[in-house]
Formats: sequence, structure tokens, C-alpha cells
Amino acid sequence: MSLIVLLLLPFVGSCLAAVLPHNARNTESLLAGLVALIGTIQVALLFPQIADGGVIREEFSWLPSLGLNFVLRMDGFAWLFSMLVLGIGTLVSLYARYYMSPDDPVPRFFAFFLAFMGAMLGLVISGNLIQIVFFWELTSLFSFLLIGYWHHRADARRGAYMALMVTGAGGLCLLAGVMLLGHVVGSYDLDKVLAAGELIRAHALYPVLLPLILIGALSKSAQFPFHFWLPHAMAAPTPVSAYLHSATMVKAGVFLLARLWPSLSGSEEWFYIVSGAGACTLLLGAYCAMFQNDLKGLLAYSTISHLGLITLLLGLNSPLAAVAAVFHIFNHATFKASLFMAAGIIDHESGTRDIRKLSGLIKLIPYTATLAMVASASMAGVPLLNGFLSKEMFFAETVFINATAWIEMTLPIVATIAGTFSVAYSLRFTVDVFFGPTATDLPHTPHEPPRWMRAPVELLVFACLIVGIFPAQVVGPLLAAAAQPVVGGVLPEYSLAIWHGWNAPMIMSLVAMSGGIVLYLLLRNQLKRGRFKYPPLIGRFNGKRLFERSLVIKMRLARRLERRISTKRLQTQLFLMVLAAVLAGLIPMLHSSLSWGDRPKIAGSIVFVTLWLLAIACALGAAWQAKYHRLAALTMVSVCGLMTCITFVWFSAPDLALTQLVVEVVTTVLILLGLRWLPRRIEEVSPLPSTLRKARIRRLRDLLLSIAVGGGMALLSYAMLTRQTPNDISSFYLSRALPEGGGSNVVNVMLVDFRGFDTLGEITVLAAVALTVFALLRRFRPPKESLQLPAQQRLLAPDVVTDLVNPRHASDTALGFMMVPAVLVRLLLPIAFVVSVYLFMRGHNQPGGGFVAGLVMSVAFILQYMVAGTQWVEAQMSLRPLRWMGTGLLFATVTGLGAMAAGYPFLTTHTWHFALPVFGDIHIASALFFDIGVYAVVVGSTLLILTALAHQSVRGHKTAALPRAVATEGAV
Amino acid sequence: MEEVIATAIGVLAASGVWLILRPRTFQVVMGLCLLSYGVNLFIFSMGSLFIGKEPIIKDGVPQDLLHYTDPLPQALVLTAIVISFAMTALFLVVLLASRGLTGTDHVDGREPKE
Repeated sequence: MSLIVLLLLPFVGSCLAAVLPHNARNTESLLAGLVALIGTIQVALLFPQIADGGVIREEFSWLPSLGLNFVLRMDGFAWLFSMLVLGIGTLVSLYARYYMSPDDPVPRFFAFFLAFMGAMLGLVISGNLIQIVFFWELTSLFSFLLIGYWHHRADARRGAYMALMVTGAGGLCLLAGVMLLGHVVGSYDLDKVLAAGELIRAHALYPVLLPLILIGALSKSAQFPFHFWLPHAMAAPTPVSAYLHSATMVKAGVFLLARLWPSLSGSEEWFYIVSGAGACTLLLGAYCAMFQNDLKGLLAYSTISHLGLITLLLGLNSPLAAVAAVFHIFNHATFKASLFMAAGIIDHESGTRDIRKLSGLIKLIPYTATLAMVASASMAGVPLLNGFLSKEMFFAETVFINATAWIEMTLPIVATIAGTFSVAYSLRFTVDVFFGPTATDLPHTPHEPPRWMRAPVELLVFACLIVGIFPAQVVGPLLAAAAQPVVGGVLPEYSLAIWHGWNAPMIMSLVAMSGGIVLYLLLRNQLKRGRFKYPPLIGRFNGKRLFERSLVIKMRLARRLERRISTKRLQTQLFLMVLAAVLAGLIPMLHSSLSWGDRPKIAGSIVFVTLWLLAIACALGAAWQAKYHRLAALTMVSVCGLMTCITFVWFSAPDLALTQLVVEVVTTVLILLGLRWLPRRIEEVSPLPSTLRKARIRRLRDLLLSIAVGGGMALLSYAMLTRQTPNDISSFYLSRALPEGGGSNVVNVMLVDFRGFDTLGEITVLAAVALTVFALLRRFRPPKESLQLPAQQRLLAPDVVTDLVNPRHASDTALGFMMVPAVLVRLLLPIAFVVSVYLFMRGHNQPGGGFVAGLVMSVAFILQYMVAGTQWVEAQMSLRPLRWMGTGLLFATVTGLGAMAAGYPFLTTHTWHFALPVFGDIHIASALFFDIGVYAVVVGSTLLILTALAHQSVRGHKTAALPRAVATEGAV
Repeated sequence: MEEVIATAIGVLAASGVWLILRPRTFQVVMGLCLLSYGVNLFIFSMGSLFIGKEPIIKDGVPQDLLHYTDPLPQALVLTAIVISFAMTALFLVVLLASRGLTGTDHVDGREPKE
């Protein structure tokens, strides 16, 4: 299986998981488990190819213009991580089957779970820096969704939010750092970056890019000072904690540190930042873990501490330490995932995770207790378990480091203290929970969990044991293969033996072991009594509180800034926008002065000038009357529209004129329909002088701006009109329209062929607008006063029975009213249809086309509505605008795809020629089918928009008729 | 003729801008209509204007810009006409909905305080 299939598999699984039924726990878990298992097996089979430093690479062209390729790349280190992601993923899928309750919506859980698996896999096998950041952010996102899985709980929401904020912000820093890194190296390709270590470290930008990348990595791995998000992420379901927040996602940070180790490490900055953060986290995490009363909280802080250990190792700039780090990544994943699962079992079985309440569980769940104890012994670093081996390697590194004296002094002490703490909290996890008197006040009495819920824990604990006892045989080759790419090719000498003699690390281990036991015994009773609500000494430094305070401050600042520099008032915004546009137009005009061209003028026509003088007067009149007399304003605007249409005819644009004419009709009908719902103008009684003055100033300001815009537009168009036509791409369209587009109407050929994609976008917009209109009007609430009958009708006596004066009771249109026009309009429908087909068919060669034809057809339908009334029309004809639109879009898209199926680019036109007996030679272009799509979408959208508005009237009358009917009854 | 068209474009644009800066939604809709006429004519005028030279290919006429008007601005404007119809429709309905929800036809959804 190629890497791309491997990567796509979890995402496909995620889509499948999302559509399974609500309670399909078995199927979901089986699906997730199978996806992960197949992946694990496939990755395992790749081992021979990468064992000796081999690299598997797959490249796909992504953004060739930027030199970016989508690269999948697997070396030993990526292999180890892939195995962790998929292997532990398999086990967690199995475990989650039993952990999730039947009430939980499992499709959401497993869909996110699998998508996270895919994102994490993508992260580890990316061969390109940008791609790494992409998958990195994807893991943050899915982690957010999984932490917030139980979104009815406030702690889950807050934890998810905090995790996303911290890791997301870190991701942004990482992106900036990676961009700089790519700039320094000249390529985002991981292989090139790894080979350019010397260049990077010597570059002037190194001190800038390093902290940015480190902020990303440290925040993801919950390192000091970003560690606070991880304990709050424990609000997630336990399988998520076991998978994301111990084994995989939080390892992404150390993964990146190790991945870029050959190119970034080796400098002073690296040493101080990385190992400093690591050492602080190591101590702080272990210290806090001792005082946790929640099982998962303890494990979370322990995870922070162990991640600190790995970070510290990577920061030491020593290849041997890097090998130890890789080894500890593996070991920690095994024992910590099993501990989380065990904690989940305890929680599941006993109903609590509070260490103070739990006690003596070994008598109730002996088997699980044993497994948990082995795993926590590994966490404490007890010999014959895998945790011991990597911890010894760590101790050895701290002892044999070459650095300034104080570091050589303090580092081993820090390591031993951290070891002591870890022994103490491991004891707390085991002794407090499993030994002592059997707890009696638990919510449930614990029983052993189902066989298969325990199996994943068993497997992981078995791994801890077998690695701990036969390290060289079991993980020797794996570790060598995984560590080799991290240290840059040449592995240092190291030994995986259990016994190295009585050396310094061994003594440190013994000190930590005995110190831990003593510390535990000292703290035990006080902890049991719940004396420490927060860890002593540092309890006040609460990262969460700082985080929340800083958020509040930021929000307040943002709000203040928004109030200062922006406005919610549309008029001001529009004024500024138009002003900016005027200035943007003015600046180039000032630079190169505006001049007229020498094109011969078009012969003047007195008719044209007179017509335009009329239209200009109408435009000014509309601007003036829009406030006072809406109908008059609408009429005057229509005059301008008509004059625009005449201008198109005058200057050889028949297609535009046709379209403008029909659009004009439809727009007018539309606005007439809308007029009914607009409120009465508010008469200002007697405005204050100050208000009046302000209004005058505002009007003057707007007037000046309008004149500036109008003057500018006039000057610009005059300058263009007097110039010679530039010899641009238009002649290309002219010469190709007939031979290649198969039509002599160049404008239509451009619409359906040359610029067909544009038209496809346009009809999509039209359909989207129609749907939006439809959706908006479904929730429409008509204003109260427009529901009443007009004043004239209200004044009539209720018993007058004539349709002409009181027509609107039974239906939306008067009965026995406008009978002659109704008959005529019905006759018009077939004629309009013929005209529409005629316009459509000739469109390719003569003025016409899908747009105009569609508009003509919908105008004919609208006429029926207007004259016969909504109810009559809908009783007689079944017009389904939505279906028209859907069919149209389908037609247009399928025509385009047809070209692709034939091996041409999307929407390429093909023309067929054939002869029919009566009709003679026929030639049909595929653009015709595209135009059918345009036609159908235009008909459907126009109808949908107008009828949606018209239906409001029907609704309005129904509502209005009710009180009137009641009133009538009362009068009688 | 050029002067007439240029003036017409200027007046349409000026009236449109004046109206979209007004406080009532109906004024803004009317303004958008006028502005789109102005802009459509403006784009249209970017191609050379001729009388009686429709861009419809006739036999025996050389296919260049001396014998036909420029089809490119026409195609652009054709798209623009339909889109401005869609925009007017959408805006009209948005203002109706906002009117129904807020009880006012002021563009900000509430009457000014002054």
C-alpha cells in the first residue's frame, strides 16, 4: 500500500463513521479498529525498507508555481511514530467500544477519532514543512473537538477552548518559524532542511526562527510555561486522554523537536531554551502530580513531567541523549496509555476517580489492579520494566554532560529529585488506590471489566515487560532505525543492557527510589485527609487563572479599540468606503494627468441627447424622491434603466439590450412586490435646531462626495471614449468565435464557451441568491401595520358584498376582477414560450441566448401570477422552481464534466455535425446543453425569488382576514 | 455623443452614491439600481462604441475591432446585469426581513438617537 493510501484510509474511515447510526457502538469500533489495524500491519511491513536508514518518498504536485510539492516521507523515526499512532489507535478503538456508554453519540466520537488519527499520521509522514504545519493545526482542531465531546459539560467546553487557544496560537508561531526556516534554506522540503543544519545555525535569522518554532513545539507538548492546558484537557473521554493526551498528540511537539534536531540543535540558544523548558517542566509536572486527587489529573501532570524529560534530553545537544529521548517516547507511550486506560476502567467501574475515596481495589478487581501496578512501576522506573531503561539513560546523560560547572552540578540533582517525585506519585497511584481497607462508599461496587476492555491494557503492559526484560532483542533494531534519522545518520554507541554495574545512574536510581518511598510515606496521611487543595508553594501560580485573565484583558482591549476606530453605522462605513475608492482613483490621476484621446467622434443625434436629458432628470428626481414618494422614485429609476437599454441598442449591443429590458421588467415587479411591506415614512415633527444643523452638514458632505464620484466617473469614461481601441484580447474572441466556438454571436459564444466557467459561477450565484431569498422569507415576520387592510377598505360597511370594493377576503386576488386581461394573459403563456424557445435557439448565432430566454419565460409565468393570483396559478400549474434550478445546475456542470471525461479541460465545447432528412444539415454544440442549464437556472431562480415574495401577500391576507371576519360576525 | 454618455454615467453614479449614503433602506435599494446602471454603462463604454457594428460575425467582413464593436465589455456587462438583479433581489429581501425583525427601515436596524 502506498503512503498516500495509508494516509487517506483514516479520513475515509472518518467519513464512514460519521454516517453510521447513533448507537452503532460495535460497528463504529470495529471500523475504527480495522482501519487502525490495517494501517499498523501495512506500516509494520514497511520496516525492511527503512531499517537501514532508508527513506520512502512519494511526491505529488501541489503548488508547482511556488515550488511546493505534497511530499509523503517515511524514515525510521516517522515509522516509529506511525506505529505508535496506528498501533495504540487500534487498542484505543477496542477500549473505547466498552468505555463509551450507549447514550453517547458514538458516530461523532469515532469520526473525530479517525480523523485525528489521519491528521496525526499526516503530521508524522509529511516531507514538507508547510504540510507539517497544516496537519499540526488539524490535530489541534480534532483535539479541540474531542476534548469538547461532552459539550454539555462546562469543564469540557472550557478545557477544549483552552487547548485550542494555546496549541492553535503555538501553531501560528510555528507557521511563522517554518516560513522563515524555508526562506533560509530556500526550500520547504524536509530532506533539504535536514541537510542544511550548518547553514541554518549560522544564519542571521536563526535567533528569530528558533524561538518561533520552539513556542509551537513546546505549547503542543504542554511544556512550561504552556503546560496548564493539558490537565484541563482531561475533561475528554478517557480513550481520548489515553490516545491524544498521552501517546500521540502531545508527542507532536517533541516529535518536531526530534524531527528538526539535525538542523536546529547544537547551538547555545537551543540548549538553554529547550533543556531549560524541559527541566522546569520535568520538576514542575512531577511535583504537581504528587498532589493531585484525581487519577487522570495525576496522570496528566505525570505526562507533562515525562514530556519535560524528553524535551530536556533533546535539548542537551548530545546524540546519545537524543537516542534516549526517542526510546523514552516509545516507552512513555506504552506505559502511560495503559495507565490511562486502567484509570478509565477504575472510573467506569467504581464511578469515581478521586484517589481519596478509592482504596483496597485489589480485592475487587485484582487483574486490572495488577496490570495498573506493573505499568505504574514502569512509570516510576523500577528495574525490569521499560521505564527503567530510558530513565537510566537519562540519568547517565545528566551525569556525563559537558557544560558549564553549575549546570554539571545541578542537572543530576534535578534529575534525581524528579525521579524521587515520580516514585512518590506512582506509589500514590498504586498503594492508595489498590491497597488498604476496601472502600465502601463508592458510587458503584467495582467488578472486573469485560474481557476485551482489558485486552488493550494487557497488550501494552506486556510490551512494558518484554521491552524491560529483553530490550536489545525486542526493540534494539527498532530503536536504531528510529533514532538514526534523528541524530542525522550516525548512531552513537549505546547499550540496551539492563545491568551496567554500580555506576552513578544506578546510585541515582536507588536514591530516587528510596527518597520517593520516604516522601510518599511522609505525605500519605495528609494527602488522604485532603490537606492540599493546591500543590503547596506554587499553588498560587495558576496557569489557568493567568490564561483567563489575559484573555479578559485582551477582549477588553479589543472592544475598546473597536469602539475607538470603527463604527456600527452603515452610512459611515459606506461613506468611508466610497471616499477611499475616490482617493484610490484620484492618486493615479494626479500622477499622470488625465488627457483626451483623438478618436473620431460618433455622429451626434438629437433624439439620443433628448432621451438622455430626460433620463438624467429622472435619475436626479429619483435621488430626490426616494424618501418621499417611493412609487415615483421607482418609476423614474425604471426610466433610467430603459434609457440604459436604449443606449445598448444604439451602440451595437443587442444582447445587452435584450437582457437589460427583461431584467428591468423583473426588477420592477420585484420592487413593487416589496413596496407593500415597507413602513410609512416617519414625519419629523419639529427637529431640534442642532439636529437639523447636523443633518445639513451630513447631507452637504454626502452631496460633495457624490459629485466627486460622478465627476470622476464622467471624466474617466470620457477619456476612455475618446481614445482608440487598444488592440487587446478582444480580436482573439472575434476571430475564434465562429471556427472554434461554432457560433457567430460572439457575446453569446463568450458566455457559454470562452468564459463558460464564469457563467457557471454566475448561475450558481443566482441560484444561491434565490435560495437565500427563499430561506429568509420563510421566517419573515410582516410588520403589524402592513397586515391591516388599507384605510379606505376599513372604512367600508362590513355587509357590502361587492368584489370590486371589498375584494380581498377569499383569496389574494379579487374574484370576477380583470377577467379579460386574465384570459389574454393565459393566451400569452404559449406565445411567450415560443418566443423564449426562439430566443434560446438563435442565441448562438443571433442576439438571444439562455439568459434572455429564461427571463422571458419567467416573466410570462409572473404575469400569470399578477393577473390571476397566486392561488389560481398554483392550483393550475405545478411550477417547481427548486427543481428547475437543480436541473439547470446539473445540466451545466455535467456538460462541463463531459468535456473532462473526453480528455479536454472542463467546459470545452464540442460541435457535432450531422444531416437529418427534413431539416438538412444540423450542427449542435455542446455549449447548447450548457445554455439549457443557464436557461433552467434563470427560470427557476427568478420564479423562486418572485413567488417567495408574492407568497408573503397570501400569508398577509390570511392573517389580515381573521380579525376582520371576527369583527363582521360581531356586527351581525 | 461621447459627452452625453460621459455625463449620463456621471449623473447615474452620483445619484446612486447619494442614495446609498441615505439612511432608509428603500433609498439604498434605489441607489444600488442607479449605481449599477452607471457602472454597467461605464464598463460598456470601455470598449470602443460604434453604431451598427454588432459583434455578430458576418460573412466577408474582416474579424477585427475596426469592423465589430468590442465583444469583451459586452460579455462582462451581460454577467453584471444578471448579478445586479440578484443583488437587488437579495438586498430587498434582507431589508424586508430586517424591517420585520427590527420594526424600522433604517439601515442600522434602529432609529438614530438624536
